[in-house]
Amino acid sequence: MRNWWKALTIILLLYTLIGGLLIPVPKQVILYESIRNLYFHVPMWFSMIFLFLMSVVYSIKGLSSNNLSHDIKAKELVNAGIIFGILGTITGSIWAKFTWGAWWVNDVKLNGSAITMLIYLAYIVLRGSLEDEQKRARISGVYNIFAFVLLLVFIGILPRITDSLHPGNGGNPGFNNYDLDDNMKLVFYPAVIGWILLGWWIASIRIRISKVTQKLEA
Amino acid sequence: MRYITLIGLLFSSFIASSQNVQMAETMRSEGKIYVVIAVLAVILVGLFLYLITIDRKVSKLEKEANI
Repeated sequence: MRNWWKALTIILLLYTLIGGLLIPVPKQVILYESIRNLYFHVPMWFSMIFLFLMSVVYSIKGLSSNNLSHDIKAKELVNAGIIFGILGTITGSIWAKFTWGAWWVNDVKLNGSAITMLIYLAYIVLRGSLEDEQKRARISGVYNIFAFVLLLVFIGILPRITDSLHPGNGGNPGFNNYDLDDNMKLVFYPAVIGWILLGWWIASIRIRISKVTQKLEA
Repeated sequence: MRYITLIGLLFSSFIASSQNVQMAETMRSEGKIYVVIAVLAVILVGLFLYLITIDRKVSKLEKEANI
Protein backbone atom coordinates (compact mmCIF):
# COMPACT_ATOMS: atom_id res chain seq x y z
CA MET A 1 0.00 0.00 0.00
CA ARG A 2 2.30 2.75 -1.25
CA ASN A 3 -0.55 5.28 -1.47
CA TRP A 4 -1.27 5.20 2.28
CA TRP A 5 -0.36 8.88 2.61
CA LYS A 6 -3.09 9.85 0.15
CA ALA A 7 -5.65 8.14 2.38
CA LEU A 8 -4.07 9.95 5.34
CA THR A 9 -4.47 13.26 3.49
CA ILE A 10 -8.20 12.67 3.04
CA ILE A 11 -8.71 11.58 6.65
CA LEU A 12 -6.74 14.53 8.07
CA LEU A 13 -8.55 17.10 5.94
CA LEU A 14 -12.01 15.72 6.69
CA TYR A 15 -11.05 15.80 10.37
CA THR A 16 -9.83 19.38 9.92
CA LEU A 17 -13.16 20.38 8.43
CA ILE A 18 -15.36 18.72 11.05
CA GLY A 19 -13.13 19.34 14.08
CA GLY A 20 -12.26 22.80 12.82
CA LEU A 21 -15.87 23.90 12.79
CA LEU A 22 -17.14 22.05 15.86
CA ILE A 23 -14.41 21.92 18.51
CA PRO A 24 -14.73 24.93 20.85
CA VAL A 25 -12.30 27.81 20.36
CA PRO A 26 -11.23 30.57 22.76
CA LYS A 27 -13.52 33.61 22.65
CA GLN A 28 -11.63 36.68 21.49
CA VAL A 29 -12.96 40.09 20.57
CA ILE A 30 -12.76 41.14 16.90
CA LEU A 31 -11.86 37.58 15.89
CA TYR A 32 -14.84 35.66 17.30
CA GLU A 33 -15.50 32.51 15.24
CA SER A 34 -13.18 33.70 12.48
CA ILE A 35 -10.32 32.37 14.61
CA ARG A 36 -11.20 29.05 12.95
CA ASN A 37 -9.63 30.41 9.77
CA LEU A 38 -6.36 29.48 11.43
CA TYR A 39 -6.98 25.88 10.32
CA PHE A 40 -7.44 26.86 6.70
CA HIS A 41 -5.65 30.13 5.91
CA VAL A 42 -2.35 29.50 7.69
CA PRO A 43 -1.80 25.96 6.32
CA MET A 44 -2.07 27.40 2.78
CA TRP A 45 1.15 29.33 3.44
CA PHE A 46 2.81 26.40 5.18
CA SER A 47 2.00 24.22 2.17
CA MET A 48 3.33 26.86 -0.20
CA ILE A 49 6.58 27.21 1.76
CA PHE A 50 6.95 23.43 1.94
CA LEU A 51 6.46 23.03 -1.82
CA PHE A 52 8.91 25.84 -2.58
CA LEU A 53 11.41 24.30 -0.15
CA MET A 54 11.16 20.91 -1.89
CA SER A 55 11.49 22.72 -5.21
CA VAL A 56 14.76 24.36 -4.20
CA VAL A 57 16.01 21.00 -2.89
CA TYR A 58 15.41 19.49 -6.34
CA SER A 59 16.96 22.53 -8.02
CA ILE A 60 20.15 22.03 -5.99
CA LYS A 61 20.10 18.30 -6.76
CA GLY A 62 19.64 19.11 -10.44
CA LEU A 63 22.45 21.65 -10.46
CA SER A 64 24.87 19.21 -8.85
CA SER A 65 23.93 16.21 -11.00
CA ASN A 66 22.80 17.68 -14.33
CA ASN A 67 19.83 15.31 -14.18
CA LEU A 68 16.90 16.92 -16.00
CA SER A 69 14.24 14.96 -14.09
CA HIS A 70 15.09 17.04 -11.00
CA ASP A 71 14.38 20.16 -13.03
CA ILE A 72 10.87 18.90 -13.88
CA LYS A 73 10.21 18.28 -10.20
CA ALA A 74 11.45 21.75 -9.26
CA LYS A 75 9.19 23.37 -11.87
CA GLU A 76 6.00 21.52 -10.95
CA LEU A 77 6.55 22.01 -7.21
CA VAL A 78 6.69 25.77 -7.85
CA ASN A 79 3.54 25.57 -10.00
CA ALA A 80 1.64 23.80 -7.23
CA GLY A 81 3.08 26.13 -4.58
CA ILE A 82 1.84 29.20 -6.44
CA ILE A 83 -1.74 27.85 -6.29
CA PHE A 84 -1.47 27.58 -2.52
CA GLY A 85 0.02 31.07 -2.33
CA ILE A 86 -2.90 32.49 -4.32
CA LEU A 87 -5.39 30.70 -2.05
CA GLY A 88 -3.52 32.00 1.01
CA THR A 89 -3.67 35.56 -0.33
CA ILE A 90 -7.40 35.43 -1.13
CA THR A 91 -8.38 33.79 2.18
CA GLY A 92 -6.16 36.23 4.08
CA SER A 93 -7.76 39.14 2.27
CA ILE A 94 -11.26 38.03 3.26
CA TRP A 95 -10.16 37.48 6.86
CA ALA A 96 -8.46 40.89 6.94
CA LYS A 97 -11.61 42.65 5.67
CA PHE A 98 -13.65 41.44 8.63
CA THR A 99 -11.04 41.74 11.37
CA TRP A 100 -8.61 44.49 10.36
CA GLY A 101 -11.23 46.37 8.32
CA ALA A 102 -9.78 46.36 4.82
CA TRP A 103 -9.17 43.87 2.01
CA TRP A 104 -5.51 44.84 1.93
CA VAL A 105 -3.49 46.68 4.54
CA ASN A 106 0.06 47.91 4.30
CA ASP A 107 1.41 45.19 6.48
CA VAL A 108 4.96 43.91 6.01
CA LYS A 109 3.82 40.33 5.84
CA LEU A 110 1.14 41.05 3.22
CA ASN A 111 3.46 43.04 1.00
CA GLY A 112 6.24 40.55 1.60
CA SER A 113 4.09 37.63 0.52
CA ALA A 114 2.89 39.58 -2.53
CA ILE A 115 6.50 40.26 -3.57
CA THR A 116 7.32 36.59 -3.00
CA MET A 117 4.47 35.54 -5.29
CA LEU A 118 5.79 37.87 -7.99
CA ILE A 119 9.29 36.43 -7.58
CA TYR A 120 7.94 32.93 -8.15
CA LEU A 121 5.78 34.02 -11.07
CA ALA A 122 8.97 35.43 -12.57
CA TYR A 123 10.50 31.95 -12.17
CA ILE A 124 7.77 30.54 -14.44
CA VAL A 125 8.20 33.41 -16.92
CA LEU A 126 11.99 32.90 -16.91
CA ARG A 127 11.55 29.20 -17.69
CA GLY A 128 9.19 30.01 -20.53
CA SER A 129 11.72 32.32 -22.11
CA LEU A 130 14.50 29.71 -22.34
CA GLU A 131 14.39 27.15 -25.17
CA ASP A 132 17.41 24.99 -24.45
CA GLU A 133 16.62 22.35 -21.80
CA GLN A 134 20.05 22.21 -20.19
CA LYS A 135 20.39 25.97 -20.09
CA ARG A 136 16.86 26.34 -18.73
CA ALA A 137 17.52 23.83 -15.96
CA ARG A 138 20.70 25.57 -14.88
CA ILE A 139 19.55 29.19 -15.04
CA SER A 140 16.16 28.56 -13.42
CA GLY A 141 17.85 26.34 -10.83
CA VAL A 142 20.11 29.17 -9.76
CA TYR A 143 17.20 31.62 -9.82
CA ASN A 144 15.16 29.23 -7.65
CA ILE A 145 17.82 29.29 -4.92
CA PHE A 146 17.83 33.08 -5.05
CA ALA A 147 14.00 33.11 -4.91
CA PHE A 148 13.84 30.88 -1.86
CA VAL A 149 16.33 33.03 0.03
CA LEU A 150 14.16 36.07 -0.73
CA LEU A 151 11.08 34.15 0.46
CA LEU A 152 12.78 33.52 3.80
CA VAL A 153 13.65 37.21 4.07
CA PHE A 154 10.22 38.53 3.06
CA ILE A 155 8.02 36.07 4.91
CA GLY A 156 10.25 34.79 7.70
CA ILE A 157 12.58 37.59 8.73
CA LEU A 158 11.25 41.06 7.83
CA PRO A 159 7.81 40.62 9.51
CA ARG A 160 9.59 39.64 12.70
CA ILE A 161 11.91 42.62 12.91
CA THR A 162 9.29 45.23 12.01
CA ASP A 163 5.74 45.57 13.29
CA SER A 164 3.12 43.42 11.63
CA LEU A 165 -0.58 42.98 12.26
CA HIS A 166 -0.06 39.24 12.10
CA PRO A 167 0.17 37.48 15.44
CA GLY A 168 3.61 36.25 16.36
CA ASN A 169 5.39 39.04 14.50
CA GLY A 170 7.09 42.21 15.64
CA GLY A 171 9.44 40.41 17.97
CA ASN A 172 6.98 37.93 19.46
CA PRO A 173 7.63 34.25 19.13
CA GLY A 174 5.45 32.69 16.41
CA PHE A 175 1.89 31.61 17.11
CA ASN A 176 1.88 31.81 20.88
CA ASN A 177 -1.20 34.04 20.95
CA TYR A 178 -3.49 31.39 19.53
CA ASP A 179 -1.60 28.22 19.85
CA LEU A 180 -1.55 28.14 23.62
CA ASP A 181 -5.06 26.80 23.52
CA ASP A 182 -4.91 22.99 23.56
CA ASN A 183 -8.20 22.59 21.70
CA MET A 184 -6.81 24.55 18.78
CA LYS A 185 -3.56 22.60 18.67
CA LEU A 186 -5.69 19.47 18.40
CA VAL A 187 -6.97 20.64 15.03
CA PHE A 188 -4.19 22.97 13.86
CA TYR A 189 -1.32 20.46 13.71
CA PRO A 190 -3.26 17.74 11.85
CA ALA A 191 -4.58 20.49 9.54
CA VAL A 192 -1.05 21.64 8.67
CA ILE A 193 0.06 18.06 7.92
CA GLY A 194 -3.11 17.39 5.90
CA TRP A 195 -2.82 20.50 3.73
CA ILE A 196 0.91 19.97 3.14
CA LEU A 197 0.21 16.37 2.07
CA LEU A 198 -2.51 17.62 -0.29
CA GLY A 199 -0.02 20.05 -1.84
CA TRP A 200 2.49 17.24 -2.25
CA TRP A 201 -0.20 15.04 -3.85
CA ILE A 202 -1.17 17.70 -6.39
CA ALA A 203 2.49 18.47 -7.15
CA SER A 204 3.27 14.77 -7.61
CA ILE A 205 0.46 14.43 -10.16
CA ARG A 206 1.77 17.49 -12.03
CA ILE A 207 5.28 15.99 -12.03
CA ARG A 208 4.00 12.68 -13.42
CA ILE A 209 1.98 14.42 -16.13
CA SER A 210 5.03 16.48 -17.05
CA LYS A 211 7.18 13.36 -17.35
CA VAL A 212 4.63 11.51 -19.48
CA THR A 213 4.27 14.54 -21.76
CA GLN A 214 8.04 14.80 -22.12
CA LYS A 215 8.32 11.11 -22.94
CA LEU A 216 5.53 11.29 -25.52
CA GLU A 217 7.08 14.34 -27.18
CA ALA A 218 10.53 12.79 -27.37
CA MET B 1 -65.08 20.06 -3.65
CA ARG B 2 -64.82 17.87 -0.58
CA TYR B 3 -61.46 16.64 -1.76
CA ILE B 4 -60.16 20.14 -2.30
CA THR B 5 -61.08 21.21 1.22
CA LEU B 6 -59.57 18.02 2.53
CA ILE B 7 -56.33 18.68 0.68
CA GLY B 8 -56.48 22.31 1.75
CA LEU B 9 -56.90 21.25 5.37
CA LEU B 10 -54.03 18.82 5.11
CA PHE B 11 -51.86 21.43 3.52
CA SER B 12 -52.70 24.14 6.05
CA SER B 13 -52.04 21.76 8.91
CA PHE B 14 -48.72 20.89 7.29
CA ILE B 15 -47.76 24.55 7.06
CA ALA B 16 -48.85 25.14 10.63
CA SER B 17 -46.87 22.19 11.92
CA SER B 18 -43.75 23.26 10.06
CA GLN B 19 -44.10 26.74 11.52
CA ASN B 20 -44.71 25.80 15.12
CA VAL B 21 -42.89 22.59 15.75
CA GLN B 22 -39.14 22.94 15.78
CA MET B 23 -37.71 19.48 15.30
CA ALA B 24 -34.91 18.82 17.74
CA GLU B 25 -32.71 17.01 15.26
CA THR B 26 -28.94 17.20 15.18
CA MET B 27 -29.00 18.86 11.78
CA ARG B 28 -31.12 21.71 13.14
CA SER B 29 -29.21 22.35 16.35
CA GLU B 30 -26.55 24.98 17.14
CA GLY B 31 -27.49 27.42 14.42
CA LYS B 32 -27.52 24.64 11.79
CA ILE B 33 -23.73 24.51 11.67
CA TYR B 34 -23.98 20.79 10.83
CA VAL B 35 -25.62 21.73 7.54
CA VAL B 36 -22.57 23.81 6.65
CA ILE B 37 -20.31 20.93 7.63
CA ALA B 38 -22.33 18.56 5.44
CA VAL B 39 -22.10 20.91 2.46
CA LEU B 40 -18.36 21.47 2.89
CA ALA B 41 -17.78 17.74 3.39
CA VAL B 42 -19.59 17.00 0.12
CA ILE B 43 -17.41 19.54 -1.71
CA LEU B 44 -14.23 18.21 -0.12
CA VAL B 45 -15.08 14.57 -0.81
CA GLY B 46 -16.06 15.50 -4.37
CA LEU B 47 -12.71 17.18 -4.93
CA PHE B 48 -10.88 14.19 -3.42
CA LEU B 49 -12.71 11.79 -5.73
CA TYR B 50 -11.80 14.05 -8.64
CA LEU B 51 -8.15 14.06 -7.58
CA ILE B 52 -8.16 10.26 -7.27
CA THR B 53 -9.64 9.97 -10.78
CA ILE B 54 -6.92 12.23 -12.18
CA ASP B 55 -4.31 10.22 -10.28
CA ARG B 56 -5.59 6.98 -11.86
CA LYS B 57 -5.70 8.55 -15.31
CA VAL B 58 -2.05 9.55 -15.01
CA SER B 59 -1.18 6.02 -13.84
CA LYS B 60 -2.84 4.66 -17.00
CA LEU B 61 -0.91 7.12 -19.17
CA GLU B 62 2.31 6.14 -17.45
CA LYS B 63 1.61 2.50 -18.25
CA GLU B 64 1.00 3.36 -21.90
CA ALA B 65 4.17 5.46 -22.10
CA ASN B 66 6.18 2.78 -20.24
CA ILE B 67 7.49 4.96 -17.44
